[in-house]
Amino acid sequence: MKIIVSIKQVPDTSGKVAVNPDGTLNRASMQTITNPDDMNALEAALKIKDATDCKVVVVTMGPPPAAGMLREALAMGTDEAVLVSAREFGGSDTYATSQVLAAAISTIGIEDDDLVLCGRQAIDGDTAQVGPQIAEKLGLPQITYAADIAVEGKNVTVKRMLEDGYMTIKTQTPCLVTCIKELNEPRYMSVGGVFEAYSKPLSTFNYETLKDHPLIDATTIGLKGSPTNIFKSFTPPQKGAGMMLEGADKATCEKLADILAKKHII
Amino acid sequence: MDFHLTNEQLMLRKMYREFAENEVKPLAEEIDEEERFPMETVQKMAKLGMMGIYFPKEYGGAGGDVLSYAMCVEELAKVCGTTAVIVSAHTSLCCAPIFENGTEEQKRKYLPDLLSGRKIGAFGLTEPNAGTDASGQQTTAVLEGDHYVLNGSKCFITNGNVADTFVVFAMTDKSKGNHGISAFIVEKDFPGFSTGKHEKKMGIRGSSTCDLIFEDCIVPKENLLGKEGKGFKIAMQTLDGGRIGIAAQALGLGEGAVNEAVKYTQERVQFGRRLSQFQNTQFQLADMHTRMQAAQYLVYAAAMKKQNHEDYSMDASMAKLFAAEAASDVTRRAVQLFGGYGYTREYPVERMMRDAKITEIYEGTSEVQRMVISSRLGVK
Repeated sequence: MKIIVSIKQVPDTSGKVAVNPDGTLNRASMQTITNPDDMNALEAALKIKDATDCKVVVVTMGPPPAAGMLREALAMGTDEAVLVSAREFGGSDTYATSQVLAAAISTIGIEDDDLVLCGRQAIDGDTAQVGPQIAEKLGLPQITYAADIAVEGKNVTVKRMLEDGYMTIKTQTPCLVTCIKELNEPRYMSVGGVFEAYSKPLSTFNYETLKDHPLIDATTIGLKGSPTNIFKSFTPPQKGAGMMLEGADKATCEKLADILAKKHII
Repeated sequence: MDFHLTNEQLMLRKMYREFAENEVKPLAEEIDEEERFPMETVQKMAKLGMMGIYFPKEYGGAGGDVLSYAMCVEELAKVCGTTAVIVSAHTSLCCAPIFENGTEEQKRKYLPDLLSGRKIGAFGLTEPNAGTDASGQQTTAVLEGDHYVLNGSKCFITNGNVADTFVVFAMTDKSKGNHGISAFIVEKDFPGFSTGKHEKKMGIRGSSTCDLIFEDCIVPKENLLGKEGKGFKIAMQTLDGGRIGIAAQALGLGEGAVNEAVKYTQERVQFGRRLSQFQNTQFQLADMHTRMQAAQYLVYAAAMKKQNHEDYSMDASMAKLFAAEAASDVTRRAVQLFGGYGYTREYPVERMMRDAKITEIYEGTSEVQRMVISSRLGVK
């Protein structure tokens, strides 16, 4: 069994967000972290590895510095890492990104008993589209919002968290699961893991590696090939603290109605 | 001189920082207040390989280097002096002398449990009448058949009440003075061994400090560490290494106080201005940071020399002397910048100031460091 985990380096939102003139994020000028939901996906994979001794491969698409994040994943216990990086892939939206990642994952190879894990969504775009799109492009069954994953042989049982409850879904490998923070508490890198991280394999897939893959269409990758056009990116202004009215009496209700009326809400 | 950290060291620093912020800092005030040993933190550190950083994997260590260990103690001390000294005493004073002086059998028997953190280590040299004058050992060890019989007591033993394995020094031949001292590996369950009361201290209050008592304590002959009569040399070599750990603890305490003071002075407003806008504050913080930066260079240089098997004795002494005095000064200045609030237990700087003081005393007082340094200069 092998688990491929797709992760993404994202800007640390506790810092300032910088935007390029074309509307995409200026990732080079910002502090970066591994996307939090992706850390939960990685932890889920490592937990399964702890129990079954399966292999864990981590993959990311991003600029060359994203290799640092992959080394950290290796220091946490991942066996191999793949960096998908090329100018041609730069500026890709979710449609283009999932195409490239699906091609990369298929190049790594998906066997019958393999699992692909992704975070639910990245904190920079918040689309939650890449995981499901990878599954569609690879023709894999997908289960989103996993709060628990149990693997027994080829059977995968996932507790799927929804706004109003849970849904338990069973499927078989190979499949793709997107993970949420309720799934687990990501582990730290270990000291021994750090000293092994630089001797573990990290390969780079560039445009040459993937260009002839059947899933790659040169006209629909990168910024130019992305169907999404970004009109404007900005940091939203902080919302005010809001106002709280207490009491179930007529006077309070009238006050509330008055405020809402003044704001033309009612 | 190469001032660049390796990729591994940079990655470890990030890991230590995250661990210290998330797991150690939230407990620092509580364990100080309650004088409670943070066993849960030790277990977490053990899992991450932090209890055997610079020892080979074949003995259960993490396969790292001495600087990576010093950086670990430094990052822990930035948020909690207690947690830092637990790692330092365990690593430098128990794991190191066994690794450096033990027979293959002793290393195979004791190191895997110690380096993996399943067991905690301690070091027993100091006695009521043998502190700085460590040669005045009154604990005796007499060989009787296949075992030694130890009698006497040790005091101020860090990790004493929680340790499983102790490196202990005793006189095997009083007539030979220093050359009559021998080192032993003692297990807490050996007959005739017990620990005394927990010392109530000014700082590092969560760390365990107690007496060790030997009443006809039976220590198997094979637990002699190194040769008979070589104990004093082993003790001094061990303390050379230990000084890097304590210097790193002092370094972290001072740096932690600078971090707190930088944050606080940018928030606190007096006379309509933030404290950080006053030139006095700016100059104080500049001096504090500069002192700690200088301390860091000394500590890192000593750690690198030990790693490279160079003579590092004087470097370790200089690092400890400078870092300890800088930490005491910087933490005191931090309290002053905080004013009345700094004197309360609501803020961490008073704890840092109390914790820093011990770094000028244990594992060789600042005066002893000056003796070591001046003697290395040939000054008599």
